[in-house]
Amino acid sequence: MKRLIIGLVLTIYGFSYGQTCNFTFLGELKDFHDGSSIESATIYIKEKDKYIVSDLDGKFKIENLCSGILTLTISHIGCETKTVSYEINNDVFKTIYLEHHLEELNEVVVNSNLKTEETSIEKSINKAVIENFSDKSLGDALNTISGVSSLNTGNTITKPMIHGLHSSRLLIVNNNVRMFDQEWGDEHAPNIDINSGNRIEVIKGANTLKYGSDAIGGLILVRPKKYMDKDSLFGSSLLSINSNGRGGNVNTELVKTYKSGYYGKFQTSYKQFGDFKAPNYYLTNSGLKNINMSLNFGLNRFEKGFDAYYSVVSNELAILQSSHIGNVNDLVAAINNEEPRIVEDFSYNIDYPRQEILHHLGKVEAHKRFKGFGKLTLQYDLQINRRKEFDLRRGDLSDTPVIDLRLFTNSLQSNLRIDYFNNLKIDTGLLLRYQQNDAISGTGVSPLIPDFDKYDAGIYVIGSYNLNETSEISAGLRYDFTSFKADGREDNTNWEEAYNYVSSNLSYSKQFNDELSLYLNYGLASRVPNPSELFSSGLHHGAARIEIGSLTLNKEIANKLIVSLEKNNENFGFSISPYYNYINDYIQLIPTGITTTVRGAFPVWEYNQVNAQIFGVDIDVNKKINECFDYNGSISLLKGDNKTENIALIHMPATNFSNSISYKNDDLNQLTISLNHKTVLQQKRYPDYNFYTYNATLQEDVYVDISSTPSSYSLFSFNSSMQFKAFKKGNIKLEFNIENLFNTSYREHLNRLRYFADELGRNFNLKIKINY
Amino acid sequence: MENYKSIKTIKLLALLFVLGLTIASCSNDDDDHDHDHEEELITTVTYQLSSGMDIVTLEFQDIDGDGSAAPTYTVSGPLTANTIYTGSIELLNETESPAEDITEEVEDEGDEHEFFITSSISDIIVTKTDSDEDGNPIGIESTLVTGDPGSGTLTIILKHEPTKPNDGTSADAGGSTDVEVTFNIAVQ
Repeated sequence: MKRLIIGLVLTIYGFSYGQTCNFTFLGELKDFHDGSSIESATIYIKEKDKYIVSDLDGKFKIENLCSGILTLTISHIGCETKTVSYEINNDVFKTIYLEHHLEELNEVVVNSNLKTEETSIEKSINKAVIENFSDKSLGDALNTISGVSSLNTGNTITKPMIHGLHSSRLLIVNNNVRMFDQEWGDEHAPNIDINSGNRIEVIKGANTLKYGSDAIGGLILVRPKKYMDKDSLFGSSLLSINSNGRGGNVNTELVKTYKSGYYGKFQTSYKQFGDFKAPNYYLTNSGLKNINMSLNFGLNRFEKGFDAYYSVVSNELAILQSSHIGNVNDLVAAINNEEPRIVEDFSYNIDYPRQEILHHLGKVEAHKRFKGFGKLTLQYDLQINRRKEFDLRRGDLSDTPVIDLRLFTNSLQSNLRIDYFNNLKIDTGLLLRYQQNDAISGTGVSPLIPDFDKYDAGIYVIGSYNLNETSEISAGLRYDFTSFKADGREDNTNWEEAYNYVSSNLSYSKQFNDELSLYLNYGLASRVPNPSELFSSGLHHGAARIEIGSLTLNKEIANKLIVSLEKNNENFGFSISPYYNYINDYIQLIPTGITTTVRGAFPVWEYNQVNAQIFGVDIDVNKKINECFDYNGSISLLKGDNKTENIALIHMPATNFSNSISYKNDDLNQLTISLNHKTVLQQKRYPDYNFYTYNATLQEDVYVDISSTPSSYSLFSFNSSMQFKAFKKGNIKLEFNIENLFNTSYREHLNRLRYFADELGRNFNLKIKINY
Repeated sequence: MENYKSIKTIKLLALLFVLGLTIASCSNDDDDHDHDHEEELITTVTYQLSSGMDIVTLEFQDIDGDGSAAPTYTVSGPLTANTIYTGSIELLNETESPAEDITEEVEDEGDEHEFFITSSISDIIVTKTDSDEDGNPIGIESTLVTGDPGSGTLTIILKHEPTKPNDGTSADAGGSTDVEVTFNIAVQ
């Protein structure tokens, strides 16, 4: 049958070939987006083996065509080459659309100054830095950016903090999926394998409304790599080993791409550490075990495509054993003792207290472009987060978690980008999300967070307008609706609440010359109280306090203004970003009294709302000293005030600055050596929540100093790397690093376990990376 | 055709969303009563001191655990001066029915627990009479010897994972505190 058709076609072809050859083909080349004419494009006529060029109006004419097939290959600078075929049996006029935008391709050619939004104020870290932190966490890597600090619980749980704000006030977006991993808890670190990302961006303003209304602190975007459409198979493996913790990480990734635009990626990593060591003692029970896997495949074509992604993160984290305490007197004993109460020899055991977290994330995204209109993207994502926390318990319960929560989130969202207009780009979209928390029974304690259902719906529109060649203005508006339904602590006391909230942003960017640019950004963000703020009720070990939530909390509303002046130059560049954030009804957790239980006295901490202001400035400088030497420096200043009570805000990062000098020699196997320094000054501005409690053993009142902050510290580190050719196309990169070079003993006030133990001592690290 | 395809994609995504909802709502049904009992809670601490017919009971009770209701302290009467009492501690969880005896758990894990009984009345001497598998005291059973008349306080502390052996003080034992209750007592 097939042969018959081919034969028939050939016959017709042959027959028509002998016919008249006086047809004319009129073609017009247009831009896919805005329909503008494309001039000077090269058109190759296959049948005639001839080249012609389109005129000023994008038109071209081919005369004296015989009837039959006409094949044209059209190429133009900045366009994807396109091949089209037509069957000619009379005079024809055709409009051919070419893809003139390179936005998709730009991301392949890693552009040093690529931004999420033209007008956003952001900093990013690239794959090289990510690899440096291969065996650490997202929070550790982001800590290198000015204005970003972290709230830690020991050394394994690191929560990123932007301009003093963390947890629910930051949106973490992994592969275009907003993370929902019970991020509300201070000791819940984001469940992201840092190795799965190619680039991490920190947006310090409250813009980029696309991802949500509640980015009061900012956004963190973990981005995958876009691959070129060519037939290729490549991969890399990285091994990192460390003296401190006697552990490390191994990460492998394999990528296959096709000329047709299809791609697939598989990545997996395994990480394990034993007890870490402070300069003077082992931190008993501080290791971790971590297995991650991610799978990504899709089709990346200009007109349409899809992307499917799945990742699983399995974390087992030990928490310093000495931090489990019974009551305030135990806390006083811990504060007064130099060393933690339990110091044992090194071990890989993960004992109590510990956390076990399993996070699944899956998404499917599809996009299609419409001629002369724009691009429509649809995405469905699903996340399941299971968190188990184990604590020191009596008897049969010792292997039963005290906390066992499962959070299920799934969302459907659309984004429509209209880029038809010359200077105007419009993004608009819808979001539907359903979230369910399930407090798994069998823990033997009443759940920290009850069962709840949460429904979200959102709609947004963002417009960006090019005022002229060098300046752009962008404005956005977003409306969200959230409905909460929760089970009460007692039967038949169910609780329901709905919130409406609006957010908006206005930004402006101006390019003075090639290097100097100014960004202005104003954002209004609103945040609904999170489950922990609403429902908490009970004893928190490790903090020796009873935490009580409030069902009557209002939404938080923040107004943030941030300005950034940036000079992008290799020889001398800088960025200066001052900001001011005023937060109405800022939700904070503060001590309100003391209660007596069978364990003795505990301070009661309650969630309340105050008006707060946070302002400061981040400054970064880079300078080329000579051909080989570079200098980088940064400083972050921040001040947080509780305006309602006219005192300082709790848990605000202290002034910190860093310097680094690096040497690079491309001729010598790309040798780099760098010496880095970071100083964190003592936080002198803190609210005084100290109190007295009766100590029955001593038969007297004792002073409980929970507020005073640890003193300033300076750390030095050393990095070096070299690259060697290996195999046919691949290479091997070797790295040797030393952290905390002088084995300095210090404590950090943003570490929740600062009462119990010092931070980590010196670490020697060796990394081997093979690209193939 | 192209449009048809993208409509298909939309439908597929919508289907996934609905499917997700269904999975979530189904899985909810497996446990709808999550009000677990506070299995580890100690609501009641009783220290019974007896010397023949002379029985004095010190009782701490806090039925709602960490909740808002204040605990109660009951002392049945004064101790007699210059007397040797046999003391016994009982820990109960009265939120369960029948009340769970937590003393047994402490006894079973004797090497991980120790009571410390101290008084502000210096004449009072408490000696632990029981021992764990390693021969170190636990303190569920004790003798209490009173001296001259006087009044003051008596504190019972239970430490989980203390250093054992220790110098007999809770400060040296360290560990984390499971019980710390203080009674006002009198010796007549």
